[in-house]
Amino acid sequence: MGEKEMEHTVDRLNRPAYSIIVPTYNERLNVAIIVYLIFKHLPDTNFEIIIVDDGSPDGTQDIIKQLEQLYGEDRVLLRARPKKLGLGTAYLHGLKHATGDFVVIMDADLSHHVQFFTFSYPKYLPSFIRKQKETGADIVTGTRYVNNGGVHGWNLMRKLTSRGANVLAQTLLQPGASDLTGSFRLYKRSVLEDLISSCVSKGYVFQMEMIVRATRKNYHIEEVPITFVDRVFGISKLGGSEIVGYLKGLVYLLVTT
Amino acid sequence: MKHIFKIIAVLVAISAFWVALLETSTVPRSYTWLLPIYLVVALGCYGLFMVGFGLMFFPTCPQEAILLQQVADVVSAAKNNFGLCIFNFHCHFQY
Repeated sequence: MGEKEMEHTVDRLNRPAYSIIVPTYNERLNVAIIVYLIFKHLPDTNFEIIIVDDGSPDGTQDIIKQLEQLYGEDRVLLRARPKKLGLGTAYLHGLKHATGDFVVIMDADLSHHVQFFTFSYPKYLPSFIRKQKETGADIVTGTRYVNNGGVHGWNLMRKLTSRGANVLAQTLLQPGASDLTGSFRLYKRSVLEDLISSCVSKGYVFQMEMIVRATRKNYHIEEVPITFVDRVFGISKLGGSEIVGYLKGLVYLLVTT
Repeated sequence: MKHIFKIIAVLVAISAFWVALLETSTVPRSYTWLLPIYLVVALGCYGLFMVGFGLMFFPTCPQEAILLQQVADVVSAAKNNFGLCIFNFHCHFQY
């Protein structure tokens, strides 16, 4: 083996296999728990957690610095931004600092406190990794709408809206994934880099755009079941403006992909 | 190809078939005139069936909610004496 090849191999061995990007805003308690849970559920995996904090005033960054000390600065990386700049660009920012071959995106909605359901995400990380290894997929996406997956805390109206939106999107868009707005995915880094540069939407339409564009580009997409527990029982997060936003996103994807 | 063009192509093909039926009068015209209405009704039925079916078998996870609530309880307990608890909370729950 030549010296250069050796260096290359050593470099590969030192680099983490997985970069987990977690965007945060005012989540000092939650971020500690999520980091702890990730370490708990991935005991023998070489990974790094990149936390993109948008200038939280509540001391989130102090906690992240403590976590850096605790777990090591090569495992937990704070990559802060000065102010709230949105989710799509948070991933882009995290991606710039990611060194793993695969990137996991865990969506904590920046406009709210971290959602209850994100606590459940670390538990599913091993199944994402296993699925990718088994199938060699470019993207593994979490889906709530299959056996062993599921949703808790939605009333009938919320379920009805969700089903209606899903049937509409599946029929018109043929997106190649059963859960379009799912916010927990594993990407090959090159694939994510390719996709993220062509996606312009915001919020959950961004997640939809990512998966639809991936299907159009013939990337190999696999699904694993995840669960989703809404913190506040029965309160629909899909108001009129969200429905209009969703429909606009649908039309946008119809004419651009 | 943009997806909207695929949908338009399908619609155009269906319309062309319908117009051809009207022109050639292989089936009585009064029937042919009703075909688009049947199509719309069929699409509506398909949509309703898919939504209804999805609702009937909507996957839920009540057991997951119980587990997560335990995590949330630890979080709210930790809120009071944050500094002490932050790195010790893992002793308190199994998730």
